[in-house]
Amino acid sequence: MTLSTSQASADPPAAETRAFSLADARLPIAVTGAVVLAIVLVYTVGGRDPGLVTQSIVTGLLLGGVYALVSVGLTLIFGVLGIVNFAQGSMLTLAMFLVYVMGHSFGIPVYVATVVAIPIMFGFGWLVQLLLLNKLTISGNENGPLLITLGLSLLIVNVLLMVFGGRPLSVPGTVDGSFTVLGALVSYERLIAFGGALLVALLLTLALRKTSLGLAIRAVSSNSQGAALVGVNVGRIYALTFAIGSACVAVAGGLVAPFISLTPSVGEQFTILAFVIVVLGGLGSVVGATVGGLVIGLVQTVGALYLPGTGSLILVFAVFVLVLFFRPQGMFGAKQ
Amino acid sequence: MTDMVDKQVHSAADRDDPRLKDRSRSRAYLALLVVAVVLALLPLGMSDRVETIAVRTLIFAIMAVAWNLMSGYGGLFSFGHAAFFGIGAYTDAYLVVDHSVSPWIAMIVGALLAAAAGGAIAFLCLRYRLAGAYFALATFAFAMMFLLVVQNLEILHKTEGFNLPILPTYSWKMMQFAQGSRNYYWIPLGILVVALAGTIAFVGSRAGQYAQAIRDDEVAAASLGINALRYRLVTVALSCGLTAVAGAYYTQYYFFVGPDQGFGSGVSIEAMIPAVIGGIGTVWGPVIGALVVGPLAEGITSILRNPPQVLSFLQGLTGLDVAVYAVLLIVIVLFMPKGIYGTLRDRWRK
Amino acid sequence: MTILEVKGLVKSFSGLTAVNDINLEVREHEFLGIVGPNGAGKTTLFSLLSGQLPPSAGKVVFEGRDITGWSANKVAATGLVRTFQLMRPFESMSVLDNVAIASHARHRSRRAARRHALGVIERVQLERYVNSLSGSLPTAGLKRLELARALALEPRLLLLDEVLAGLVPAERAPMIELLRELHTDGVTVMLIEHIMTAVLALSERLLVMHEGAQLALGEPRAVVDDPVVIEAYLGEDYA
Repeated sequence: MTLSTSQASADPPAAETRAFSLADARLPIAVTGAVVLAIVLVYTVGGRDPGLVTQSIVTGLLLGGVYALVSVGLTLIFGVLGIVNFAQGSMLTLAMFLVYVMGHSFGIPVYVATVVAIPIMFGFGWLVQLLLLNKLTISGNENGPLLITLGLSLLIVNVLLMVFGGRPLSVPGTVDGSFTVLGALVSYERLIAFGGALLVALLLTLALRKTSLGLAIRAVSSNSQGAALVGVNVGRIYALTFAIGSACVAVAGGLVAPFISLTPSVGEQFTILAFVIVVLGGLGSVVGATVGGLVIGLVQTVGALYLPGTGSLILVFAVFVLVLFFRPQGMFGAKQ
Repeated sequence: MTDMVDKQVHSAADRDDPRLKDRSRSRAYLALLVVAVVLALLPLGMSDRVETIAVRTLIFAIMAVAWNLMSGYGGLFSFGHAAFFGIGAYTDAYLVVDHSVSPWIAMIVGALLAAAAGGAIAFLCLRYRLAGAYFALATFAFAMMFLLVVQNLEILHKTEGFNLPILPTYSWKMMQFAQGSRNYYWIPLGILVVALAGTIAFVGSRAGQYAQAIRDDEVAAASLGINALRYRLVTVALSCGLTAVAGAYYTQYYFFVGPDQGFGSGVSIEAMIPAVIGGIGTVWGPVIGALVVGPLAEGITSILRNPPQVLSFLQGLTGLDVAVYAVLLIVIVLFMPKGIYGTLRDRWRK
Repeated sequence: MTILEVKGLVKSFSGLTAVNDINLEVREHEFLGIVGPNGAGKTTLFSLLSGQLPPSAGKVVFEGRDITGWSANKVAATGLVRTFQLMRPFESMSVLDNVAIASHARHRSRRAARRHALGVIERVQLERYVNSLSGSLPTAGLKRLELARALALEPRLLLLDEVLAGLVPAERAPMIELLRELHTDGVTVMLIEHIMTAVLALSERLLVMHEGAQLALGEPRAVVDDPVVIEAYLGEDYA
């Protein structure tokens, strides 16, 4: 028995580390099962017209796609930087207005404008993190960044209000029309937004897993001091992460713009829903945000069959609070 | 052991040591007295329009003082104080409109309800160990739920809200006075002064000292025999109750409350921003913040409604007021993290 | 008379056993030293005794009362008080108020609590810092503040976690003197310490911990000369 071995084995236990195991996969399976079961129940004993139910499921999934798109960017920012970005919704609005201006003043079609908006929002996010947030994030201040993004959110919304006024504007779509699936109406624009959400989630997951930048981001996320020690420029990674999160919002804004009535406060509703989804899916988990988005979309539209108006949102927040209390790491999260 | 300490205690007591004198408290009460007198005399030379701004500012200030108790001294960052403001505003409206109860009693009932609701929410959050950003998000979610529930409850008139009846006679009992009466200003001023006196007393009391110790280091506080949960809940209940009083007065002053005026997320923000700008965890910070934000917001709005020649290009622009204080908020958080009062105080001490 | 009785105390963290089957009886007015290499489980033992951590198994009886699994604040209120190796001052408060927080346990009014606190502060010779912000104290001052806060609770059993660590030799002697005085005044003390000369000078009995388990317990000289102890731990440090 030597001193060195005793020290190695008797180090005070660090945070409980858990390897990925079957137990971790149980919850996503359980959630999917519960959603399917709920839908079956709604069809069989729900007492609602089946056609209506199908329509609300389709609408819910498509809406969930939009939620997923907004949440994917937020989960990165929250997961890697630990910043509760209250400006996520207003950055979404900003992206929509960018697309609107490009279409209105220069005649650029909406989906082309979306592609142009991506680098612009990327640069915007990069600057925001670099100039306003990096100092506070690196010093580990928790409430400072929250207040800054709150200020930023108020600023964006009110500057847009000053420039464009409060009247609703619309962005002309390029692929009007719809088709029916199982008797449910699906608009092309919503389907494109849904496809865009899945594509962004896929690309982001691949980028995080396969590229060296992705590796650096994951390293900073799990241990920023350790990452700094091995030569990662943490400030730069933070700025890039926030920029990527903002670019996701640009995609979301462009894809959503054709079927939403555009006002400076339109994005606000997405902020809190996106937080619900991010926590539900698991902090920093792109897959979780996507699945979470779809679940919340379904809860909202299918719930609306029973609780009209804003009533179904109460369900959404009830889910949120329960997740916060009983599973703060979310469905796909390993750490808290 | 006890003997040992007692011996020491007597030696210190006998000398009536000057180091024991805590002048900050009596100085704070004195300052409060001066401020109260000055503010009470202010409306004598005030136009009705200025009085509207002043009342709005006072309501801001009461909310900020309340928020500061929980989030500044208690260290629990609330993003959902609208929940408690709304409880106060709606309790007042419901009792006064539907049951003709005196607003004073409605105010107290609302405060008790909000204290209970806040205590319950905080208990759940602490029980499940939510901290920092998660705590803030949870409080935000609860405020949203309250908003949605109110919007869907027939008994609370759904999205319509409540209109207070204008009574034929003026009375203190029903808190109604002739239009332009200065009582509408003196009442919230009185509430604010009581709230500040209460804050000063609380900060120096055993419970307040415990709350601050728990905020600084919960583990160390527990190791000294302090029941952290209990004193956290006391702080939260005080904060939420006071917020509800502000809400009740809001309903009384504007004769109206709807879901967004009571429970909207904007209300939570309005409770927080003056405290952050003025300096959280200080007695005077929230008031100073409110004195900056209140007139600024109202002032800009009224300038925009009727701008002087040089600023005529701004006419009809909405949003400038909030944009300005959003910038102010960002600048303060970045460059004066202790707020205006906190920073000045630190500089003065050196 | 026994003041503290520990029976089969165990703490494991997800597979790792930090404290393994500690059995101990501490007599009233005793001064018990605890030594062991880093990670031997000494601080974890204190956390189990004082309620910061719930034990996985075993029993803690303090003054005849079973306090196993009690919360930290309840334990402290019974008179079993600990200090922290990494000092934990309430940074926004003055030294006087830091100690007064503890004095409030016995004195409800602020005036009485502060008066009591001042007495304790003089006792640990911290009076030149009475009204300084606790965050601004040097290490030696913070160590004394930790001690002062614990003393202000008027403990019957005091768990001291490395109160000498981080002090330069010149600062150690007065601290050792202070601990000796406390002991003479009748406080029961358990002291975790790495500085062997101090431990040997103060302790009446010595507990050696190693990999969570108790390796030896007894009269300090005898323990130190125990070949098992020398092999496991003291061999390198003590020579």
